[in-house]
Amino acid sequence: MTRFSAMSLFAKALGNHKTWPELWPDAQPKASYDAIIVGAGGHGLGAAYYLAKKYGITNVAVIEKGWLGGGNTGRNTTIVRSNYLYDESAHLYDHAVKLWDGLSQDLNFNVMYSKRGVMMLAHNVHDVQSFQRHIHANRLNGVDNEWLTPEQAKEYCPPLSIDPGARHPVLGAALQRRGGTARHDSVAWGYARAASALGVDIIQNCAVTGIRRGANGAIEGVETTRGFIASKKVGVSAAGNTSVVMQMAGLDFPLESYPLQALVSEPIKPVFPCVVMSNTVHAYISQSDKGELVIGAGTDQYVSYSQRGALHIVEHTLAAICEIFPMFRRMRMLRNWGGIVDVTPDRSPILGKTPVPGLYVNCGWGTGGFKATPGAGDLLAYTMARDEPHWINAPFNLDRFRNGRLIDEAAAAAVAH
Amino acid sequence: MSAYRLDGMGRVNRGAPVNFTFDGKSYQGFAGDSLASALLANGVSLFGRSFKYHRPRGLLGAGAEEPNALVSVDRGGGRYTPNLRAPAVELYEGLNARSQNRWPSLQTDFGSINDRLGRFFPAGFYNKTFMWPRSFWEKLYEPSIRRMAGLGDAPTEADPDTYSACYAYCDVLIVGAGPAGIDAALEACAARKHVILIDENDELGGGALADPALAAWLETSLRDLANAPNVTLLRRTTALGYYHDNFIGAVERLTDHLAQPGHGAREQLWRIRAGEVVLAQGAIERPLVFEGNDVPGVMLASAARTYLFRFGVAVGRNVAVMAVHDSGWKDALAMAKAGVRIAAIIDLRETVAAALVDEAKALGIRTELGSAVIGVAGRQAVKGIEVSRADGSMRQKLACDAVLMAGGWTPSVHLWSHSLGKLAWSDDWGAYLPDVPNENCRCVGACGGKWSFGSGLNIGALPSPRDPATFKAFVDFQNDVTAKDIALAVREGMKSVEHIKRYTTNGMATDQGKTSNLNALQLASSALDRPVQAIGLTTFRPPYTPQTFGALAGHAKDALFQPVRKTGIDPWAEEHGAVFELVAQWRRARYFPKAGEDMHAAVNRECLAVREGVGIFDASTLGKIEVVGPDAAEFLNRMYTNPWKQLEPGRCRYGLLLREDGFITDDGVSARMAPDRFHLTTTTGGAARVLNMMEDYLQTEWPDLNVWLTSTTEQYAVIALQGPKARDVIAPLVAGIDLSPEAFPHMAVREGTICGVPTRLFRVSFTGELGFEINVPAAYGRHVWEAVWAAGQAHGITPYGTETMHVLRAEKGFIIVGQDTDGTVTPFDAGLDWAVGKKKPDFVGKRSMARPDIVASGRKQLVGLLTDDPSVVLEEGAQIVLDPNQPVPMKMVGHVTSSYWSATLGRSIAMALVAGGFDRMGETIYVPMPGKTLTAKVVKPMFYDAEGSRLNG
Amino acid sequence: MILIHCPYCDETLPELEFAYAGEAHIARPLDPSGLSDEDWERYLFIRANPRGRHNERWRHVHGCGRFFNAVRDTVTDKFELTYKAGEPRK
Repeated sequence: MTRFSAMSLFAKALGNHKTWPELWPDAQPKASYDAIIVGAGGHGLGAAYYLAKKYGITNVAVIEKGWLGGGNTGRNTTIVRSNYLYDESAHLYDHAVKLWDGLSQDLNFNVMYSKRGVMMLAHNVHDVQSFQRHIHANRLNGVDNEWLTPEQAKEYCPPLSIDPGARHPVLGAALQRRGGTARHDSVAWGYARAASALGVDIIQNCAVTGIRRGANGAIEGVETTRGFIASKKVGVSAAGNTSVVMQMAGLDFPLESYPLQALVSEPIKPVFPCVVMSNTVHAYISQSDKGELVIGAGTDQYVSYSQRGALHIVEHTLAAICEIFPMFRRMRMLRNWGGIVDVTPDRSPILGKTPVPGLYVNCGWGTGGFKATPGAGDLLAYTMARDEPHWINAPFNLDRFRNGRLIDEAAAAAVAH
Repeated sequence: MSAYRLDGMGRVNRGAPVNFTFDGKSYQGFAGDSLASALLANGVSLFGRSFKYHRPRGLLGAGAEEPNALVSVDRGGGRYTPNLRAPAVELYEGLNARSQNRWPSLQTDFGSINDRLGRFFPAGFYNKTFMWPRSFWEKLYEPSIRRMAGLGDAPTEADPDTYSACYAYCDVLIVGAGPAGIDAALEACAARKHVILIDENDELGGGALADPALAAWLETSLRDLANAPNVTLLRRTTALGYYHDNFIGAVERLTDHLAQPGHGAREQLWRIRAGEVVLAQGAIERPLVFEGNDVPGVMLASAARTYLFRFGVAVGRNVAVMAVHDSGWKDALAMAKAGVRIAAIIDLRETVAAALVDEAKALGIRTELGSAVIGVAGRQAVKGIEVSRADGSMRQKLACDAVLMAGGWTPSVHLWSHSLGKLAWSDDWGAYLPDVPNENCRCVGACGGKWSFGSGLNIGALPSPRDPATFKAFVDFQNDVTAKDIALAVREGMKSVEHIKRYTTNGMATDQGKTSNLNALQLASSALDRPVQAIGLTTFRPPYTPQTFGALAGHAKDALFQPVRKTGIDPWAEEHGAVFELVAQWRRARYFPKAGEDMHAAVNRECLAVREGVGIFDASTLGKIEVVGPDAAEFLNRMYTNPWKQLEPGRCRYGLLLREDGFITDDGVSARMAPDRFHLTTTTGGAARVLNMMEDYLQTEWPDLNVWLTSTTEQYAVIALQGPKARDVIAPLVAGIDLSPEAFPHMAVREGTICGVPTRLFRVSFTGELGFEINVPAAYGRHVWEAVWAAGQAHGITPYGTETMHVLRAEKGFIIVGQDTDGTVTPFDAGLDWAVGKKKPDFVGKRSMARPDIVASGRKQLVGLLTDDPSVVLEEGAQIVLDPNQPVPMKMVGHVTSSYWSATLGRSIAMALVAGGFDRMGETIYVPMPGKTLTAKVVKPMFYDAEGSRLNG
Repeated sequence: MILIHCPYCDETLPELEFAYAGEAHIARPLDPSGLSDEDWERYLFIRANPRGRHNERWRHVHGCGRFFNAVRDTVTDKFELTYKAGEPRK
C-alpha cells in the first residue's frame, strides 16, 4: 500500500499522478474464506478491516451486490454523536466515537472527521426535561453533553432563530462538542483500502442469492451470482436488505425497511458551523466542506425498497428548516435522494449472533447507522472472531424481542401529559 | 447599440431599454433580455470563477445547463439570492447582480493561486493528506478547507417574501413547450383533454425561439392554445420532480422578473396529478473536452445560436466552431448567414456531409476536417486557438474571439428517470434514451430521441499531441473536474460511474452534470476499455434545477407551520397574564404570576390556594372519547388493564392503557354514563394515538363487538375546580344534581346543568383535594368558566396552571405518563398493580407482562425520594447511584422523574425510577451532580394525605 | 405521493388521506396467555418485510376511518389491489 502523506502527494504530483496504485484491487471470489461479510458498506468494510487488523483473521471476503459504499453509507447526512440516554446505547455509540477519533491516521486515509459539535434543540418543557436527563446520564457515563441557554445556542450557531414568539421556540439545547460529521464515501474507501492491504478480498457486483447450511444447521457458505463461496462464518451487514438476506438462512427478523430521504442545498460560503438537530420540529442540518447545507428528511410511512420518497416529506422538512433558520428560505435545494433504512421495534440495532451457528448480523440501525460505523465494524468483527459478543454489543441481541429487555431510546423521549 | 447586438435580430424589445448593474457597473439591455444576453451584448465575457481553481469563466450555455455563469442578485431588504444562472435571470429595471467566489474582484482573484498549484490538488487529494501532525487537523487544516467552501455568499437576513402552493389535476401534463411539446399540446387540446403545458422559460417556444423559420407557426400555435378553455399554460415554471402515480411537483416563479415585485407570493408550488405525462424537455448539447475549453468565450454552439436568434446578440466578431456533430455546422451556417463572421469550422471527422461542407465553402468559411482544437489563447477572453490534425501534425494558430463547441446531444431524461422509467443506450446519440416507462408517460421530440440534429462522433476528449496528464481539459466546469481527474479516478480503482462521480465530484455541481455526465462516462469508458453501458449511469435526482426552500415549504410558515391548538378558555388565561407552555400541539397556561412573582412564587401561591381554598384549572386539552354500544364495557375490558364490566353507571374509574408490548402508553379517568355509554379521557398528547389504537382493535381484531368510538376532545370544555371550597363555589350554579358527599361521592359522575348549560359533572381529583371536573359543550366553556370565576370570588378562587397541577399531583404520587413513565415502564414498575385486573384472562399488553425480563427482579420501580436536606430540590432527569465514590462510568440505578418544591409540606419532594426501588424503602441513594453529591431517602411516592380524607371530603 | 384505492369509499385518493398500519393478516392470538414467549414474539415483532409483494394494512384516516388491506409491491410501490378488512389474504 502506498502510504498517503503530503510528501507522497507532492512526489506523485511531480510525476503527474501517473503512478498511484488502485485504492483496492477488484478481487475475484476464491472457493472459500475464513470469514465472509455480506455488504460492503462502511459497517461491513469496517468489520473486515478489524477482523484482519485486530483479530488476526485475514482470509476474509466482503461481498457486495452493487458497488461498495453505494447503500446507506453514501446516502446519509454523516452525523456523528454518542449522547444517547441508556447506558447500553451510550457505550455502543461512544465506542464508535472513540474510534472515529484517530480513524484517519489508523487507516492512513483522511475521512474528514470533523468535531464541529452536535446541538439538539429543546422546544418545550418536555424536551428540556428529556435533554437534562440525557445530560446527567451522559456525564456519569463519561460522555460529553452540555446544556446551552438559547443565547449560548445562538452564539454557537449564529443562523439559529431564538425568537421566543416562534411556533416552536428554542428553550435551550444539548451540545455534544465531540459530535460532528465525517465524509461518508471516504469512510468506505478508507476501510476498503486498508482492509485490502491486509489481504481482505473486496468482491463487488456479486449478489448473495442463498445461504447454505449444513446438516447440523451451521453455516457452510453463501451462494452468489458468481458461484458458491464457502465459509464457516458469515456476517450480514446489509442494512435495508437484511430481512431478505436473513430469510435465505431461514430466519425471520423483527425488521421493517422504510424509505428515508435527505437533501442538499446549493453550495454557499461557510455560514453554519455545527450540526443542529431538532426532534420536535423534525430538522437535521449541517454544512458540508463543499458548502452545501446537508439536511435530513423523514421516513415515508410505508415499507419500501424503492429508494424513492414522496415530495410532501421534503416539503415538511424544508418548512421545518426555514422555521428554525428563516434566513435559509431563499436557499435552493440542489439534490434530494432516498435510502432504505431497516428499523427494529425498539429502534435500536441488532448486533451479534443469530440462532444459526456461524451466522452473525449487524442491522436495524434505522436512521442512525453512519455514526456507529467504526464501532459496529469493530464489534461485529469481535463477535465473529470470538463467536461471542463483546460486552458492549451483548445487550443488542435478538433475544430482547422475546424477553422484553428492549432498548427504546425514542420511547424514552415520548411526549405525553 | 453595441457591436455585439445585431440590428433586426432576436425577440427583445428594442423600444424598451432596461438599466441594470453587474459588479457595481451600470449597463443597459432590453426588455426580453436575460442577464446573460444583456451582458454579452455589452461585450462582457467574464461572468464568474470556478469552484476549486477559481478559473475565470464565461457563459457555456443559454439555459438550465449553465455551470459557469452563476451570480448573486440582491433586491434589498433581505431579498438576496445566490447562485442564480445568468441565462435564467430575466432583466428588469434596476437589477443588481454580482459575481461570486472571487476576492477581491472578478478580474483579480487571489483564489486563482489554486489554479497554479492545481497539480497538487487532484481529485481526492484531501483523503491523502492533512493527517499529520494530527493536532493540525482541527486547528488548521479543517478550518482552512471549510473556509474555501461554497460559491455565493449565504443569505444573512430572514426572507420577507411569501410563497404559495396549490394542487392541480389534468388529463395530460406536458413538460416543455418547444415544438414537440406544443405539438403534443395541440393534439391533446383537439382531443378535448384537459391539458397543462409548463415551461421553465419566460417565453414559450423552446428551440423555436431561436429559429426564425418557426416564428409564424409558434405565434399561431401559442394563440390557439392560449384561447383554448381546456389548456392551462404555465410559463416560468420548472417541473422539479416526477413522483409516484404521475404526481409532478413544479415551481412557478411569479415575481423575480418584476422590477416591482408587489405583495403577492414570490413563487408557487404546483402539485400536479396527471392522467398522462408527456415529457418534451428537449436535449442539451455536449461540450467538447480539450485544453482551454473553459476560457471565457468558449461555449456551446447551440447557446451561441440562441443568443443570436432569440436575443439578437453575437457571441463574437470572429467565431471559430469546433464540431464533431453536424448540428455545429448547421448552427455555424445559420449564424454566418445572419452576418456573424465564422473564422473556421473545425471537425474531427475526416468526412462530413457534402451538403454542409459545400454550403460552408459557398459562404467562404474555412473548414478543417480531421482536426481538433488543441489549445486556446487568452485567460479572461478568447484570443485565438491552436488547431492540429487528429494525429498531432500540422499545428497552426488561428485568431478568433469565441469558440463554439458542438459535441453532440444529450436528451433530457431527468424526469423520466425520476419516474423510474428504464433507459437504453443509443450509439447513434451517444447517450441514454427513454426505453420502457414505469408510469403512464411518454417522451416526445429530442428528449425521446425523436429529433434529428444530424450525425456525429461520440468521444470522451479531443485528441491532443500533448500528454493528457499535463493539462486541464474540463469535463465538469463548475466543480473543475478535468479529464485527467477522471483518468486518475480510474487509475485508483474507481470502476463504476458512481465511484468516479463521488471521487471526482463530477456531476455534483449545481447543474447536476447536465453537460458533464456523458463526457465523463465516455472518458471512463475509454480509460477502462469497457463499453459505456458497463460503467453504468448515475441516477438523476430531483429537482431538475435547484428550487427555493421557501417554495417547497409553501404556506407552512410561522403560524401556519403547525397550527397551535387553543382551548376556548385560552383567551381568558391570556387576559389574566398566564405564562404558557406548549404541550403536544396545544398551548396551556403554565402559571398565573402576579406582579413581581416568578414561577416559583406563583406556583407556591397557587398550590396553597388549592390546598386551603379553591383553584380553577382549564383541563379542556385532555383527550376525550365517547364509547357507545351494547359491547362498550366488554371493549374497554379488553383494552384497559382493569375491569370495566361491573362499573355502575354514574361511576368513574382510573384506566391504564398498555401497548401490546406491556408498557404503559396512556391513562385517564373514565366514566360510565349509561350501560352502553362511556366517557373516556386520555392524556393531552395521547388523544389521537389512543383513538387510532382503539379503532384498530375494534375494526380488525374484534369486529364482532358492537361499539362506536367518537372523538369528543374538542366538543367539551373541561373546567377543573379543586380544593376544599370547590363544592361551595359551584353549589349555587348547579341544577339537577345533588352535590352532597353521600349522593355524589368521589369518582362519580352526574348529568345536570351548570349556569343553565348541560354538563357532565365529574367528581374527580388529580390534586388530592375535593374536586370537580365540569364538562360543558366547548362553545359554553368560557361562559361557564367566568360564571364559576365570579362565584368563586367570595371564596378566594385562584386560577392555576399546569405547573401547579404537576406539584399537587406529585404530592399525592399520581403519575404523569410520559414523565414518570417513559415507554419502558409496566404497571407493576409504576406501582399501579392495583389497576391491573388479576382475574381478567386477557387485555392488551397482558401477555407481554409475563415475559422473562418483565418478571425479573431488579427492574426500575417508581418510588418517592426525600432529600436529606429538605431545601434541596433535585433536578428532574438527575441520575441515581448507590455508590457515589465509584469512577466514571458509574453504575446508575435510576433517575429522578418528577421533582418540586412543595409549599404545602415546606420541603422538596421527588419521584424516581430506581432499580429494585420497592425493596429499598428507607435506604439512602446518591445523586452525583457537578461539584457535589446529593443524598436522599427512598420513600413511598405519597407525600400528602395518604389516607385520602381530603379527597373524600 | 402514492394513490390508494379505499375499498369502502370505492375511490382512489392521495396518500395524505391514509395512514399506513403495518403488515396485514397478523391476527392477534385468541389466547395470548397460552402462547410461548417465542410465539408471542413472533406475533409482536417478526415481520415479513419482503422485497416485492406485501400484504399490508392502511387506514382511510381522513376519510371513512376504516382499516383495510392491500397488496403492494415494495420495490415499485405499485398497488396490486386493496380489499376490505376480514377478507382472506390475497
